[in-house]
Amino acid sequence: MNQPFSLSFTLEILPLLLRGAGVTFLATAGGFLAALIIGAMLFATTLRPFKMLALPGRAIMEVLRSTPLLIQVYILFFILPNVGLTLSPIVTGLIALGLYHGAYVAEAYRAAMSHIPRTQWDTIEALRFPRRAAFRHVVFPQMVSPLVPALGNTFITMLKDTPILAAVTVPELMFEANEVGSQTFRYIEPMTLAALSYLLMSLIAASFVFLIESRLRVRFQ
Amino acid sequence: MDLLWQYRFDLASGIWWTVKLTALSAALAFGMAVVAGLARGSGHRILSIPAGIYVEIFRGTSALAQLFWLFYVLPYFGIDLSPTQCAVVGLGLCFGAYGAEIVRASVAAVPRSQLDAAEALNFSWYTKMRVVVLPEAMIMMMPLFSNLLIELIKATSLVSLITIPDLAFRAKSIIDKTYQAETVLGFTLLVYLVMSLCASAGMRRIERKLSQGRAAA
Repeated sequence: MNQPFSLSFTLEILPLLLRGAGVTFLATAGGFLAALIIGAMLFATTLRPFKMLALPGRAIMEVLRSTPLLIQVYILFFILPNVGLTLSPIVTGLIALGLYHGAYVAEAYRAAMSHIPRTQWDTIEALRFPRRAAFRHVVFPQMVSPLVPALGNTFITMLKDTPILAAVTVPELMFEANEVGSQTFRYIEPMTLAALSYLLMSLIAASFVFLIESRLRVRFQ
Repeated sequence: MDLLWQYRFDLASGIWWTVKLTALSAALAFGMAVVAGLARGSGHRILSIPAGIYVEIFRGTSALAQLFWLFYVLPYFGIDLSPTQCAVVGLGLCFGAYGAEIVRASVAAVPRSQLDAAEALNFSWYTKMRVVVLPEAMIMMMPLFSNLLIELIKATSLVSLITIPDLAFRAKSIIDKTYQAETVLGFTLLVYLVMSLCASAGMRRIERKLSQGRAAA
């Protein structure tokens, strides 16, 4: 039992861990999408047309950012069924990731919009540009390049937050590694492999973000 | 309410664990951050390369993966840490890596002219750091460290998954026993919220102390 790293055992558990890594990737991608949408909704509460929602919006963002993701996951997982909404663990996890990171994404949207100089808003006003067209053709294109690094960061942070979903039995990488360990009493290989996979995945994600960033820089300068 | 009163001792000891772990791992993280941050920004390869490896590994892997690794794998190498030691070392090293980047960036942001002045006065490295660089850099670091401290408070909830009876652990076990999730989780959420708000208020206070007698940056 006490022999060091065994290669054959590693190969044996590899398919299982790969499946877990697949779930991790799906959870990250799905959670990211949810965060983009929820972040947009939270960001909207800070805008003028939705003035009435400003205070509740701020309060929600404060709570989402000041409390642990694990507790938020528990709240969705244990309380939603009591109000008649039973979701699968993975969907619960996606919503939790979306809510928690949505609060940060909202902040990123706000920061990106604040990059746009006042004069442009005045110009939009002066030309009586329709709001929707102004957003699509003037505001949004300028928000993209400051948003990329911020959202890239969110994506990588979210990737590293997905193991928390294992606490509500989402069969992602850490969950599978733990299963293997508890069934075979060998923890070295699954745990080390899982940790390395996170490192690898976040390095890949980081280089993707870097690639997009440098593409955008070429296009806009 | 009755439920919370009935389990008041469990909850109180959970809160105490969370506070204690936050304080201990924050202390370790701060130490690691200063050492690794200064080493990485030092320009000496012997120091900056190991510091860089440390920072990238701990920032690149998940905090929970690190905790599990310390908890399950270290014993195979003959190092048997207690769960508490695992938690403090795991969180401390992980957040130390994030903090190191803050230290490095803040020290690098101290104006070149001040370093030249320190050089001109023939200050030793230690004096230069103590009198010139750190007082300036600390002010820049404080808001970032404040954010990191809140991240750390939230991350302490992860230790409940390696059997440490912190607040999250107690909340989960009360739910498992009573099936009454609303009250317990609502209370838990509130406690974490209050802790985060207190921490950020405290950090703002330190920041104000540090920047006394200086023009606002």
